Amino acid sequence: MRKQKEFLGLLLVRFSVLFVLISLFIILMFVAVRGFEVIDIGFLLEPPRAGMTKGGIFPAIIGTFYLAMGSILFALPLGVLSAIYLTEYARLGKWVRAIKIGVNALAGVPSVVFGLFGLAIFVKFFGFGVSILAGSLTLGILILPTIIRASEEAIIAVPRTFREASFALGASKWQTVTKAVLPSALPGILTGAILGIGRAAGETAPILFTAATFYQRRLPHSVLDEVMALPYHIYALMTEGTKPEFQVPIAYGTALVLLLLVLGINLAAIILRTRIRRAKKW
Amino acid sequence: MVDKVVTENLDFWYGDTHVLKNINITIPDKAVTAIMGPSGCGKSTLLRVFNRLNDLIDGTRITGKVLLDGKDIYSESIDVSNLRRRVGMVFQSVNPFPKSIFENVAYGLRIHGWRSGTKLESRVIDSIKAAALWDEVNGSLHKSALDLSGGQQQRLCIARAIANEPEVILFDEPCSALDPISTAKVEELIEELKKKYTIIIVTHNIQQAARVSDYTAFMLLGDLVEFDRTEQIFTTPKDERTENYLTGKFG
Repeated sequence: MRKQKEFLGLLLVRFSVLFVLISLFIILMFVAVRGFEVIDIGFLLEPPRAGMTKGGIFPAIIGTFYLAMGSILFALPLGVLSAIYLTEYARLGKWVRAIKIGVNALAGVPSVVFGLFGLAIFVKFFGFGVSILAGSLTLGILILPTIIRASEEAIIAVPRTFREASFALGASKWQTVTKAVLPSALPGILTGAILGIGRAAGETAPILFTAATFYQRRLPHSVLDEVMALPYHIYALMTEGTKPEFQVPIAYGTALVLLLLVLGINLAAIILRTRIRRAKKW
Repeated sequence: MVDKVVTENLDFWYGDTHVLKNINITIPDKAVTAIMGPSGCGKSTLLRVFNRLNDLIDGTRITGKVLLDGKDIYSESIDVSNLRRRVGMVFQSVNPFPKSIFENVAYGLRIHGWRSGTKLESRVIDSIKAAALWDEVNGSLHKSALDLSGGQQQRLCIARAIANEPEVILFDEPCSALDPISTAKVEELIEELKKKYTIIIVTHNIQQAARVSDYTAFMLLGDLVEFDRTEQIFTTPKDERTENYLTGKFG
């Protein structure tokens, strides 16, 4: 009886893993095979032509790059400073618990809600218009919880003895945080930042009303320009226009580029993390 | 004999726990004073009273006086940063920063406003030499401190403390994580350092107290049971509890 249960249990977990792997493989192959047909150097380096039925996706690649960089530029300092406050300065109590619940809740908010918020606040209220700036800020808020959590974990993981050594040499709290704690926590913080960049690059809903434009041949001139972006480009190709027979293959090509980009970014985070784990000797 | 550190009616609490009970001790200048006793006797807490490192812990309370060169280090006018420059510390957990060997030693100097330059460099090198580490790291000052062996790391931590030119160096069980050969090197170094510094070393290793110290304090459950010259304590202890501890009846 016990043996049978053991056998069934093993079968169940094995089947689950197999199912996950096969699904993942099918999705990847599906996008890869279809996308590969349209990808060449021209596809990567040319703007779209003929009402998005020909040409490449260069402006969308650049746009996604700007948006991801803009969001991290905004979210990284804010997130790290918040994490420093939560871990080093705030005393545990109702206030900190409330902030932490808030941060976690922020992580659970559907991304389209961030899009609406960005439209109301950054696009309208601050008058940035539909622009790289508004989109970056919206994406920045979206990835803040990721950055804060990763930074908090990295800061907490710094041994207490480093702090003691720093204080014992006469350092103030701020000196200890900036000169002893942060340098030791930096690798973990960077991992969080890279994951944040990957998330920002892949999101569609937050930039729907705040940054993305349907079609643009030229590259953006300033942060107040609207841009094309890879995820939104896929959406546009599939929903707009009148020639799906030309547009759908381009959408798959775009999807493959986006997929490789996000996978590459996540891979970089994983490599960074394992390297640091190996180098870390405390 | 000059009195370097003196406590008067010192009491210390963690929350409601009375950890140090009416401690009166006079620690002489330029000598090694060992504080020994079983775990939980309050010896590490007493050590951390001398550089106010207990300030980092919430919910502690201290009464009485702690005098360094006759001045109360717990008075309002004391600059804690400067106090900790004058009273350095070496920890039980060998804890160099994950920085280069050079930057580890320069850390305290930079904290106190030193800029990069030949003055800083020569102070760093002098400190490494004083910690008997120079021959082993000469030429690799910019390698990571974490690549050194445990014993070398602990001597680097000693160099880091020396760089601040302290007057007192506190050692909190500095050898408990080290092998016997590294321990011997650190003990030799302590012997050397007492020419320039007042040394206070906490240890639960009775033999170590006997080997390195000129004076020994024996603590038990927050009380200072006995304090005297080390040979006195080890040959003719006055208190029965000291004798029982030294002969291994408890601890």
